[in-house]
Amino acid sequence: MMAHEVEGTAPVHGAHEVDYLRAGAGVRSWLLTTDHKRIGLMFYVLVVLMLLLGGAFALVLRTELLTPGPTVISAAIYNRMFTLHGVVMVWLFMIPSIPNIFGNFVLPIMIGAKDLAFPRLNLASLYVYAIGAVVTLAATIAGGADTGWTFYPPYSTTTPAGVLPVVIGIFILGVSSIMTAVNFIATTHTMRARGISWGRVPLFVWAIYSTSIIMLLATPVLGLTILLVGLDHVYHFGVFDPTLGGDPVLFQHLFWFYSHPAVYIMVLPALGVISEVVCTFAQRQPASYWAIALSSFGIALIGFAGWGHHMFVAGMSELDAGIFGAFSMFIAIFSAIKVFTWVATLHRGAIQFNTPMLYFFWFLFLFVFGGMTGVAVATQSLDVHWHDTYFVVAHFHFIMVGGTLTAFLAAAHYWFPKMFGRAYSEPMGLLTSFGVFLGFILTFLPQFLAGNAGMPRRYYSYPAQYQWLNVLSTGGAYLLAGALVLALLNLLIALRWGPRASANPWRSRSYEWMTPPIPPEHNFPVTPVIDRGPYDYHLTEEEAHARVSTAR
Amino acid sequence: MPESQPPAEQLAPARLAMQFEDLEKQTHAAHFGMWIFLASEVLLFAGLFALYASYRAVFGHEFSAGVAHNNAVIGTSNTAILLTSSLLVALSVYAVRLDRPTMAGRLLLGAIALGLAFLVLKGVEYTQHFHEGIFPGSAYRFEELPQAGAKMFFTLYFLTTGLHAIHVTAGLVVLGWLTWGCFRRRYGAGNDTHIELGGLYWHLVDVIWIFLWPMLYLMH
Ligand code: HEM
Ligand SMILES: [Cu+2]
Repeated sequence: MMAHEVEGTAPVHGAHEVDYLRAGAGVRSWLLTTDHKRIGLMFYVLVVLMLLLGGAFALVLRTELLTPGPTVISAAIYNRMFTLHGVVMVWLFMIPSIPNIFGNFVLPIMIGAKDLAFPRLNLASLYVYAIGAVVTLAATIAGGADTGWTFYPPYSTTTPAGVLPVVIGIFILGVSSIMTAVNFIATTHTMRARGISWGRVPLFVWAIYSTSIIMLLATPVLGLTILLVGLDHVYHFGVFDPTLGGDPVLFQHLFWFYSHPAVYIMVLPALGVISEVVCTFAQRQPASYWAIALSSFGIALIGFAGWGHHMFVAGMSELDAGIFGAFSMFIAIFSAIKVFTWVATLHRGAIQFNTPMLYFFWFLFLFVFGGMTGVAVATQSLDVHWHDTYFVVAHFHFIMVGGTLTAFLAAAHYWFPKMFGRAYSEPMGLLTSFGVFLGFILTFLPQFLAGNAGMPRRYYSYPAQYQWLNVLSTGGAYLLAGALVLALLNLLIALRWGPRASANPWRSRSYEWMTPPIPPEHNFPVTPVIDRGPYDYHLTEEEAHARVSTAR
Repeated sequence: MPESQPPAEQLAPARLAMQFEDLEKQTHAAHFGMWIFLASEVLLFAGLFALYASYRAVFGHEFSAGVAHNNAVIGTSNTAILLTSSLLVALSVYAVRLDRPTMAGRLLLGAIALGLAFLVLKGVEYTQHFHEGIFPGSAYRFEELPQAGAKMFFTLYFLTTGLHAIHVTAGLVVLGWLTWGCFRRRYGAGNDTHIELGGLYWHLVDVIWIFLWPMLYLMH
């Protein structure tokens, strides 16, 4: 290699470095940082705030639904509220949650890199996200879009509520997603340390990588489509307006071309977290590394071919319905491959029951149950009955929200010692985990029943016969919210008072655990050379350590 | 491009950022990032192309009439203008590689002038349309082609060319910044990544126009 000037001299190998939390003090050192770990933490704060906000909206909705008639808010507010809830949860919480927090934090370390390929782009994506969040929230609260998160025309182009500012906000959030996706893809491709071949990339990285590909390709289409709805609304461009020659169903095609893949944007990172958790707590090699790695990829690709299953009742030929149904089931096959591989990994593993592992079990239940109801609604004859009922609401909350939320919590506990160098209270972690699961089931299981019995979604009032199911669901929502707040408190308390954690408390072989308890600013003094896989549990910890050299 | 002898020393050596092991990796990452970003840009336009294709399938005849009404002379001149500017940008990359940043800066200035000319022509065209009462959507007033299909055609015409013009403008800002850098002698042989990436972006803008040109001016 030619000798070139290196910006800032790397400390000698072995020198003791300060950790990234202490590497600079003051507000400036945080707001202008380009350290992927600090940016991850700042996303953490924002995204958790959004989760709380979205959760508060949900509680208002559920409270309103306690009685068949008006309860606490008016019908108009109700419509705005479910729109706010959906928009906040989808674009402000779920999409950025795992990638931008945990992906940002561990992805570079997991491939032996000192940072992402474009650290300043990473920081920019944080600010773009923050701007997008402010615009979206301000617009939704002030103008109050009442269209639901799906923005279906013709309603969305004729409603008196403001639509354009909201979709502009979401467009900005999309820009942030694309920035992050470019960064993750380029980093995974070009910055893996020597020895980390494609066959040795941790499974979480595969998941984030596949997610980024979907983000990169689907987000622009969505951004443009909803922007057109906003323009139709204000300027009457009529792209989707039948009175001006437009076709509202075309909107649905474009919207779901993005938003079906987008559900995998939300769930693939969760699958990645789960793969890490399973291997670590079973102390085993995954039953098949390639099955897990490539099925993410399969999902990412086939995910673009299933969108029509949202439109069975919007009018489509029998042939198309059959094709879209079949493609949807292919996705289910790829998901099932993962499930079987995880279970096979656990088989005869030495399982440790810590909080992340418990979340894995909840995840497994919700993902399988939710996925199977997905296959059911992907069958046209059944979907005609369930479409636009609470059954669909329950389906996607089980798989998407249940899946992402449990995995998010698993990740929050699993990487907590690495991120903050402290241990959380395990009994409290386990307890809140039970609470989350029970609350979740109680909230959404009754919704399957209500939907199957015919209760439509997004309705402000309903016949009295559905009340008992709604009351159960509302009770569950409060339980879920309580458990979430406790889980958060548990982590916040550990942040300050938790006992110090060792560098690798779960005895994982994955590379991010090679760093000191709290990683130093640039992760590694020099880029390491790694001569083993991330799941080499047949090696002892010393052997595993010895195969990583930080010398050039 | 006149011949040039390799210089004795580099004008402005590339700087290696902390996170990369060597310059080769750094350049590779930058190129890779740019290419995948361009893929994303292509999909942004793909949504509009999909709309165009769908509505053309519905309103074939009226779309042809709309295309025929557009001024193919302006459209074609604009194509030639953009292609030439892309050529100048490509030459400027070459010049930087030969360690002649001033020359590169002049070539970029030429490209910028052509980009501006493109926008001016586009403005002329828009003005003509507005005079005829051709506006997007419900504001459409052009009596000769009153059908819903022509209205949709021109709405899509304004959307695609408008989005494209935004990209041209962004591209001009990038080129301007690179030009400034060239005249400050910030780039040179071995340090041409920025110029190359900016050039790639400009070529993308050009390529998208190559698709818009037949769609909006020729296919009738
Ligand atoms: C196992 C594969 C899956 C299949 C076959 C499937 C199938 C379906 C079908 C057919 C619908 C439309 C139902 C209707 O509107 O009547 C639907 C809705 C939905 N699914 Fe899935 N799904 C699957 C996995 C997922 C995953 C993994 C997620 C999220 C992570 C998800 C999220 C959603 C959402 C958000 C909706 C409803 C959107 C709305 O109308 O507001 N699905 N799913
Ligand atoms: Cu779907």
